Amino acid sequence: MNNPQLNKHGELQHLLTTEGLPVRILRDILDKAATFVDVNDGLEIKKVPLLHGKSVFNVFFENSTRTRTTFEIAAKRLSADVVNLNIGSSSTSKGETLLDTVDNLCAMHADMFVVRHAQSGAAHFIARHVAPEIHVINAGDGRHAHPTQALLDMFTIRHYKKEFHNLRVAIVGDVLHSRVARSQIHALTTLGVPEVRVIAPKTLLPTMVENLGVQVYHDMAQGLRDVDVVLMLRLQNERMQGAALPSAQEYFKYYGLTEEKLARAKPDAIVMHPGPMNRGVEIDSSVADGAHSVILSQVTFGIAVRMAVMSILAGNA
Amino acid sequence: MNIHIKNGRLIDPKNNIDALRDVFIAAGKIAAIGTAPGGFVADRVVDATGLIVVPGLIDLAARLREPGYEYMATLESEMEAAVAGGITSLACPPDTDPPLDEPGLVEMLKHRARNLNQARVYPVAALTSGLKGLELTEMAELVDAGCVAFSQADAPLTDTRVLMRAMQYAATFGFSVWLRPQDSFLAKNGVAHDGEVATRCGLAAIPVCAETIALSTMLTLARETGVKLHICRISSAAGVEMLRVAKQQGLAVSCDVSAQHVHLSEMDIGFFDPNCHLVPPLRSQRDRAALRAGLLDGPIDAICSDHTPVDEDVKQLPFAEAEAGATGLELLLPLVLKWAKEDNLALSDALAKATLQPARILGLDAGHLSVGAAADVCVFNPDTYWKVEPGALKSQGKNTPFNGIEVQGKVRFTLIDGMLVYQT
Repeated sequence: MNNPQLNKHGELQHLLTTEGLPVRILRDILDKAATFVDVNDGLEIKKVPLLHGKSVFNVFFENSTRTRTTFEIAAKRLSADVVNLNIGSSSTSKGETLLDTVDNLCAMHADMFVVRHAQSGAAHFIARHVAPEIHVINAGDGRHAHPTQALLDMFTIRHYKKEFHNLRVAIVGDVLHSRVARSQIHALTTLGVPEVRVIAPKTLLPTMVENLGVQVYHDMAQGLRDVDVVLMLRLQNERMQGAALPSAQEYFKYYGLTEEKLARAKPDAIVMHPGPMNRGVEIDSSVADGAHSVILSQVTFGIAVRMAVMSILAGNA
Repeated sequence: MNIHIKNGRLIDPKNNIDALRDVFIAAGKIAAIGTAPGGFVADRVVDATGLIVVPGLIDLAARLREPGYEYMATLESEMEAAVAGGITSLACPPDTDPPLDEPGLVEMLKHRARNLNQARVYPVAALTSGLKGLELTEMAELVDAGCVAFSQADAPLTDTRVLMRAMQYAATFGFSVWLRPQDSFLAKNGVAHDGEVATRCGLAAIPVCAETIALSTMLTLARETGVKLHICRISSAAGVEMLRVAKQQGLAVSCDVSAQHVHLSEMDIGFFDPNCHLVPPLRSQRDRAALRAGLLDGPIDAICSDHTPVDEDVKQLPFAEAEAGATGLELLLPLVLKWAKEDNLALSDALAKATLQPARILGLDAGHLSVGAAADVCVFNPDTYWKVEPGALKSQGKNTPFNGIEVQGKVRFTLIDGMLVYQT
């Protein structure tokens, strides 16, 4: 089976998942992103004309303000024309099929689609059906993948920790339903992180998760011991229904990140979160706003990483 | 019309024949094997040199989509596909719209099928009204109308008291109950096997225990009620093992597996191929190996096509949203042959799973070519390789996970009641 993300020269054609991407491509994206961050100027992001005359369509079948906005900013800093389409509330509810929607958007001569969809595999599906000159960036599909989030996390880790090969990273929370966690795991293992842990109750872990190359912990105190990086996941409110968890209070007590639990990690550990945070559910405010937190840097770097992905794709015509 | 099928290799599992034998057909029945009966004059000679002559295939699960889903397939299209696949008898599940839960509907289907003069259609009627799992259908009336067994198709029957009553009532008359084991709570919203692939792909999963828990309930109630139970579409190694034990204990239970599950596993989902969205889900390679083993040493009796034609609009969607199922009538024979070849089986043993064994499950005196039997015959070329191209299939359903795969074995002639209904 051909890797649907790569063109026949082995270059990035679409960014659908971090799984199966060669390490050189991951490093290219991170290196490219670094050129957009002006470290001397308070992490300011420059404006460049790399996508001048190109049009980027943000096609969101699932609502999102934050991710869509960062993609929009990234595209505009690359001088692209940006069109935002919130399909969730229009075409599909009128009975138009996903394929019809994709065909229609292709006919509007987009160069790049940034897609978010509630179904796992939707980005692969769209990539399979677009015209060959169009690039697709997955901005989140169901529980499957959210590659730009994982890449900006990798960028943030590299920014603070310099290397990957000597790190111990813990991912904490609802791995079962998390596209972010899956993409983080593949990116971390590909970049050579020797120890990736997942910490969660059994109801929030998928079957055979250890086959993804992670170690499983159910006890947070043990799982956080001596880690360099803590990646927190968002806990959706609906997990309280459906018998996955008894209550937000109990979850916070056993799996919420507090200063006390964080003390088990290395003294210079960094804490990350993809946002939006549920303070007091998965993370205590004192940690979210504390000295270990690099959560706001993630947001800034997110723009640079998305610029890097778009400019690399545009260069691989 | 007298037909002489000459120079073919006859494989008839029931009569233990695998040899070059001519077949003589008169008045719709097998008149003789080997040498012509006295005074036999052929009206038509079918040259089967290099071809294999077998009893017409019998398929335990073929959705014809009528009534109600004619936009997906029609009786005309699917009956044509059946004979093109060498299938001469087929059982169709009751998941039509409305479901086959009234004698009138069964009669109508039988009547429509009979007028097409193609494969014999054996409707399986709904076990409960509207397949809702609440009230029993008029089983005796439905059998009088021509149905052969009772099933819930893929609809859940969660109320175990209703299930027990249904089995008791069916057992009263000696009717068979066909059930697909799946606990509906554990399977809720699931679209893939709870294993490595679902974890990687982030697909909502159906654990193996959804099958084994339901199977345990069914086997227990069958023991309790004495009903003739047929288990449809087993998918897991654990399920096969439970059936092995139940059979060893002497329970009157039979079981089938779909041809898709004999060949594919969760790995075939690849990059979310919606054609691999099947019911039950494709399970692990270990499960697939157990299904193959179970076909050989007892627990599983038959292979069916589980033919489910689905139209493009509802299949060309992201994996979970795509309608489940695969078209299968024209692939049943090649897939049985592929299995025989891969596992180095005698063709007779493999073909029995799609001829003699399903006939037994249906309670039919069919699936063999004994003298005096109805002349339902399939003649195929075992050496023809062909590439599965959805557009070339006769079925209106073009949805197949075997798209683009090269298979071996092509039907040349299909006879029903001694009439040539398909030739190419």
